[in-house]
Amino acid sequence: MMAAIELRGLTKVYPGGVRALDHLDLAIPDGEFFALLGPSGCGKTTLLRTIAGLETATGGAVVIGDRDVTGVQPGGRNVAMVFQDYALFPHMDVSDNIAYPLRVKKVARAARRARAAEVGARLGLEHLMDRRPGRLSGGQQQRVALARVMATQAQAFLFDEPLSNLDARLRLEARTFLKKLQRDLGVTTVFVTHDQAEALAMADRMAVMEAGHIRQIGTPAEVFRRPANTFVAAFIGSTPMNLLDGVVRDGRLEVAGCALPVPSSAEGLLADGERIVYGVRPEYNAYASEPAEGALGGKVAIMENLGASHLVTLDVNEVMVQVVVPEGREPAVGDQGYAVPRRDRALVYRDGELVTG
Amino acid sequence: MTRFALGRIGFATLIAVLLAFFTLPLLWLASAPLTSDPTYKVAAPDLTWENFRTILEHPYALPSLYNSLVLSAGTALLVVLLAALAAYALSRVRLPGRDALLYVLLLLSSIITGTAAMVPLFQLAVDLRLIDSRLGLILILSGGLLPAAIFMLKDFMDSTPESYEESARVFGASPLQIVRHVVVPLVRPGLATIAVWAVANVWGNFLMPFLLLRDVEKQPAAVIMYTLYTEGGQADLRLLSTFGLLYSVPVVLMYLIVSRKYGFRFHGGIKR
Amino acid sequence: MAPPATPADLGPPPAGGERGHRHSVDAAGLGRLRAGAFTAPALALIAVFLVFPALWVLYLGLTDYRLTGVAAAEPRIVGLDNFLAALANPRFWGSTWLTVQFVAGSAVAGQAVLGFAIAWLLRDRRGPLRRIVEGLVILAWILPSAVVAFLWVALLDPSDGTLNAVLGLTDVAWLIDHPMLSIIVFNVWRGTAFSMLLYAAALESVPPSHLESARLAGASSRRQLRDVVFPHIRGHVLTNLLLISLWTFNDFTPFMLTAGGPDGRSEVLAVHVYIEAVRNGSLGYGAAISTIILLINLVVAVCYLRLLRSRR
Repeated sequence: MMAAIELRGLTKVYPGGVRALDHLDLAIPDGEFFALLGPSGCGKTTLLRTIAGLETATGGAVVIGDRDVTGVQPGGRNVAMVFQDYALFPHMDVSDNIAYPLRVKKVARAARRARAAEVGARLGLEHLMDRRPGRLSGGQQQRVALARVMATQAQAFLFDEPLSNLDARLRLEARTFLKKLQRDLGVTTVFVTHDQAEALAMADRMAVMEAGHIRQIGTPAEVFRRPANTFVAAFIGSTPMNLLDGVVRDGRLEVAGCALPVPSSAEGLLADGERIVYGVRPEYNAYASEPAEGALGGKVAIMENLGASHLVTLDVNEVMVQVVVPEGREPAVGDQGYAVPRRDRALVYRDGELVTG
Repeated sequence: MTRFALGRIGFATLIAVLLAFFTLPLLWLASAPLTSDPTYKVAAPDLTWENFRTILEHPYALPSLYNSLVLSAGTALLVVLLAALAAYALSRVRLPGRDALLYVLLLLSSIITGTAAMVPLFQLAVDLRLIDSRLGLILILSGGLLPAAIFMLKDFMDSTPESYEESARVFGASPLQIVRHVVVPLVRPGLATIAVWAVANVWGNFLMPFLLLRDVEKQPAAVIMYTLYTEGGQADLRLLSTFGLLYSVPVVLMYLIVSRKYGFRFHGGIKR
Repeated sequence: MAPPATPADLGPPPAGGERGHRHSVDAAGLGRLRAGAFTAPALALIAVFLVFPALWVLYLGLTDYRLTGVAAAEPRIVGLDNFLAALANPRFWGSTWLTVQFVAGSAVAGQAVLGFAIAWLLRDRRGPLRRIVEGLVILAWILPSAVVAFLWVALLDPSDGTLNAVLGLTDVAWLIDHPMLSIIVFNVWRGTAFSMLLYAAALESVPPSHLESARLAGASSRRQLRDVVFPHIRGHVLTNLLLISLWTFNDFTPFMLTAGGPDGRSEVLAVHVYIEAVRNGSLGYGAAISTIILLINLVVAVCYLRLLRSRR
């Protein structure tokens, strides 16, 4: 029933020469909840639409299950898609919308309604079955769109920005709901998002895209902890990672006028005199008000309240370094302070790529 | 007196003059049909229904209304069908030269008017013996309305999100199923608008049938109406007033329905 | 944001190497072939019944085609003779002058000004007054032309007509004594609705905050019009003037009131063509005048389309 998705050397060039996808390879195993993440214009939606068949690939292959579907019409690929605007037909009631895929397959009306009722009930839509989409809330519309893909027996689901049309509060709820639903159904699902928090929260694995290329594939934990390059490092995380220019000197790193120990991940991999970028997340810096060994010291320039913690920006010899400080220990603007990076979490980038053993 | 009061009086006067200007010519149409033995004078009607009998007795009055109906409905049907197909294709598929084509269509629809084309149409109709052909007239009228209809409908279809069709397509619907299940229901208001617009245009059109239909039995109401008041002898005002009223009622009804349903925002081939 | 606009078909795949993925990529999966088939019937009808006659008129204008007689059977190409005849014909020039009066008087000075005035007077009103005024103006516009023409014949009747009754005049035969004035006023009455609707929509597009800030600055109504409203609706005004001029220029309805008479004193170009070509049978000459009308239409329409584009 379900199927893995495999992309081989997938290329999409728009007329006019815009290269939206550039020799992309990607394997999504059966049953995985997979996120395509990237800034707008990176090609993630094009990739999703190429899997669906709504865009034709210029080169390469799309394989779903064991079948090469590259030249197959969208309707013949046995995938189902939820569009960003949900694309619920305004002239059909919820029941007819959910059962539409069956109508295409010429299933009898009674059987369609039964199936719609069954799927609708599963998503808590029983009392809305004869409403038109125009009279539903955003969250209800989203569930109808989900019910409609569930009514198919598709091998894979494709979601295009499934949460972007919901307001902020509802989005968190829907996130949890969607993740649970995918787990229960176990259908291979690819979703597109520009929100890194969404990808981190929901996906089993994710790909971070930039300008038609995949810059990193991994589990959310891998991508968060060990971004493969400075692009991913800067893109992932609700507070951006500190990326500081430095030089290797005498087995230590000279960063913003301070001497720091080489992070454990890069130990023994750096040559003396090499120019590197030192990366550490504000969450992985400890704050100290007294001088400490291997710390970045400077004046507190800005304090931002994050709720249970503060984001403190230190001016370290005119380089801005950010630290997350837990509640109760906040300094005041103008205080002298120290950011102590965790050696096992700090990273070193050489020419934009992670240095790792 | 204050400025404010002066303003009020000025406003009221202007409105009164406007109302008078636009109402005066219409009064006769309201009073004469219900007056026995009407003249050009507007007088309080004595509410007789007698005059409507003259319509029934007249050999060409009712048939001409039927002719108008045939011409309007035929043209509207043809225009809606062909314009919808063309507009849909032009809206969804980037055919080579599409933008130039649309530009030319819009240009054509505004420059080739009945006045500019009456000579060749008349000459061709005479030479090809198409005078008195209803079908020929319907085709000519459709040709004239189609460019604007395509343009308006394409605009309407452009504003309908493509994700509806894409969604149906991913679920496996064929192009024909997509058109039947999704596109037609979505653009139905647009189709209705174009149909009403075409009917209104043909219903009132005088020049083309006047030129091309010589057979009184085939002439629509516009031509019969004109003949009734220009042909020699004393015009039969009982007939003219009731016939004019009967001929006007359908457009007024259509206007009321359309403006209630969609708001009045089209006519004359333009929409901003 | 919506997904990126569906790009065009990719055309044939690059030679060799890559496999051809030829299925269509437009939203409905129509493909160019079906799209072409969808468009063809409409285009064919337009080509045969609209474009061909327009081209035919160019040819006719160069011949001595007549409705009857020798020239009907064997028309000759006479080159520009018809055009030269028109230029030498005082009746043509008289007709052109009458057309200028008709367009300037009834469209530009009449419909546009009156339409704007009504839209401006009613701009803040809702409710029955606005509905009644607008309804009447629109009614004059949508009634069949044969009916309204006759209503005006009745209105202007010298002995029993309502107008003379209202003005306390007797035996002023408006259609005979003042034919141009009659058809100009008639056309104002007939066509103001379009301008009114267009200006009403235009006025609604003027941001209220602009008007309010002008009012706070103490601007009078006239100043508000000049400083806030007109700069905003300049494009609409131009659109309006071009379209109503084009329509009025091509309007055949005056024929139903005066048939061009008396003595050609209301024979605007549209009527002139009809009388020369259809009634007198000089098809070649009529076609030459039609060609001139087409050219004038073309100039106005191109101006209009330019304007539309620049506003997009």
